[in-house]
Amino acid sequence: MTKTPKNAFTRRGLLKSIGAGAGVAAATNFMPDVARFAHAQSAGPIKVGFQMHATGIGASYGRWYDRTTQAAAKRINDMGGINGRELEIVTEDDGTDPKRGAEVVEKFATQHNCDIAFGTLFSHVVYGSAPRAGELKIPYFVVSEGHHVASGKLNRYTLQPGITDVKSQVQAMAPFVSENLGKKITMIYPDFAFGHDHRDYFTAAIEAQGGEVVASIPIPPTETSFTKYFPNIPRETEVLYHVMVGPGVLTFVKELGEFFGDQGPQLFGFIDSLEAVSFGSPGLEFLEGSYFWEGNPRHVQADQSEHDKMYRAAVGVNEMGASVDDPKDVSTYAHMFGCWETLNIVKAGMEAAGYAGPDDRAALIEAVEAMTDMPHSDDHPQGHKVFNGKTHQTFGHQYISKVTDGKLMVQHTTSVEDGMYEDEVDYTTMSF
Amino acid sequence: MDFGPHLMLASLEGAVTAAILALTAMGLSIVFGVMRVVNVAHGEFYMLGAVLAWVVASMVGASPALGFVAALVVAPLIVGCIAVVADRVILQRVEYDPDRTIVATIGLLYIIQQTTLMTFGPDARPVEPPFNDRLALPWFELGESGFEMFWPWGLSITSYKLFVIFAAMAILTALWLLMTRSKAGLIMRATQQDSETAQAFGIPVGRVYSYVFGLGAGLAAVGAVLVVPIQQAHYLMGHDPLLLSFIVVIIGGLGSLPGTVIAAFLIGMSDGIISVFFTPTLAKIFATLVVALVLVFRPQGLLGRVER
Repeated sequence: MTKTPKNAFTRRGLLKSIGAGAGVAAATNFMPDVARFAHAQSAGPIKVGFQMHATGIGASYGRWYDRTTQAAAKRINDMGGINGRELEIVTEDDGTDPKRGAEVVEKFATQHNCDIAFGTLFSHVVYGSAPRAGELKIPYFVVSEGHHVASGKLNRYTLQPGITDVKSQVQAMAPFVSENLGKKITMIYPDFAFGHDHRDYFTAAIEAQGGEVVASIPIPPTETSFTKYFPNIPRETEVLYHVMVGPGVLTFVKELGEFFGDQGPQLFGFIDSLEAVSFGSPGLEFLEGSYFWEGNPRHVQADQSEHDKMYRAAVGVNEMGASVDDPKDVSTYAHMFGCWETLNIVKAGMEAAGYAGPDDRAALIEAVEAMTDMPHSDDHPQGHKVFNGKTHQTFGHQYISKVTDGKLMVQHTTSVEDGMYEDEVDYTTMSF
Repeated sequence: MDFGPHLMLASLEGAVTAAILALTAMGLSIVFGVMRVVNVAHGEFYMLGAVLAWVVASMVGASPALGFVAALVVAPLIVGCIAVVADRVILQRVEYDPDRTIVATIGLLYIIQQTTLMTFGPDARPVEPPFNDRLALPWFELGESGFEMFWPWGLSITSYKLFVIFAAMAILTALWLLMTRSKAGLIMRATQQDSETAQAFGIPVGRVYSYVFGLGAGLAAVGAVLVVPIQQAHYLMGHDPLLLSFIVVIIGGLGSLPGTVIAAFLIGMSDGIISVFFTPTLAKIFATLVVALVLVFRPQGLLGRVER
């Protein structure tokens, strides 16, 4: 059956050519570094290594994190850069993969000679990358929502100053859920670190309010069909709490509607379940009247601040939270502000520390740790924040919106204090 | 939910999975049966079908039904043509050498996937179903006064999902008629049995290969167009169908059409039922275990023929 063509590949030949290719690739990667060392470091731009979900299941987030980051960098450069030096964003794809994430951090530190690393949303990538950042002693600013930074599981080089964490978010919102929607709650969440944060901290927070989680339904993150899980929702459920991520989210919400028809419980969802998805998508009509958490209101509100207006225009987002160039291209508006704010914090930190080069990395971290109050401003368009230098985690407002005529209308804004909890770690006591 | 209605719901969901899987795996099976090519890019043809369905449906725009019908006709045709070109440009050049076609189709997989990411983008895009009524389903129980009918909470399916099951059955029947009753099928079977003798009898084997490759890709695309009103088009959606198709084709027997259908039904239903009552991981373990057992005890698959 098998024919042997004349010019057949042999294994040995294949190995040889792969080896040669790898050698060439290694050499070309190495060459620019040699050249770069010739320049004095302080003369060049400040380099921020941006770990981007360009491919993999986080690609929708990655694209908008990129647009926000580029817009923030442009604004900083237009205002004169950082300490008089240009800010340069060096982008590498992490493939939404923890292993690749760690490699990318290493590339930033050793090949690109970046001053800091900056990234990324998916918590497993942060988990995978942070230890490497600590070993290489490169500051790693994350925009991820995970509780892992404040939990003390990471290290002194990893900070999350631009976005609040899940523990804080659910704690701030539990009172609203139990007072307005119901006390018997069923949770549906993705079966990995981020979902487990939701399960653990929301269960605790709602019990503190006198409510009860009657069932927890974990769903594998790669699942594509969801109806079969819904019968596990107990009949007594008053509120269905849902948070899903990844490309299956729209299917999930649609099948939820088909399962319940018009006799379902109240829905309270994290906007993660519909980030980068238009509320006008077919099959989502049943969401009318349901509630969502938003990190930052996607649809323009009546009391829109000047800062939000400026930020929307700079990133290129219209009033409905979609790209100004393509109304079908919906942003990840509830999360991506974190990139904008984090870069501004990096700028402020570098200026406070008199940052000149990688030798000043420890001083930069100390300068950021010393920050506390971050007022609502063009630098912080999402709202007022309070940074806790000991836990490396920021605290801020959360928004609860109701779907009204296909638009998310903010019903309740939590106070910064609502989301605060006791310190679980003091990173400032750790050595550099 | 009670056990009975829950099982029925899981079976219905499993049947939808099985229907789509049967179409997709059939494409892989035909390509292997006739051409002896293991097409690793098969899942990407599936993905392309879904993505093109979105493109076509949003271009037509008018009514959801019209857009869907247009997508059902146009998307598989385009995907088939792309596959024919890929066969001419790539597979013929490597002379269908088994090792090199695997490597070549892996390359094709990444080219298609990344091109889609660069043009279509990373977002999941929905296609509106032509009709989508929620059908509540009754359940019967032996009560005090004999059988009683009631409507359990949540036990329902949509009319569109039922349509998917029947559409898949119709397409598979048509395919079976094509393979067994038509001249084109005769030519394909002749090429499958002995391509050199077929060529000696004047069958243009090269052209047959191209069309078969196109047909295989087109079948995957049809499955994807049917599924895209349920699950959205996304550039990474080709991965799972590829894996499951391989599992199905190995269990059913490479190149055996009835075997593929039986295996698709088995895997689809077990996936639906096991993942509901136990865990999704166990469903995957079960599928892999069946593959291992088949390979050990019946390497040619359930209905495959032993190579001579």
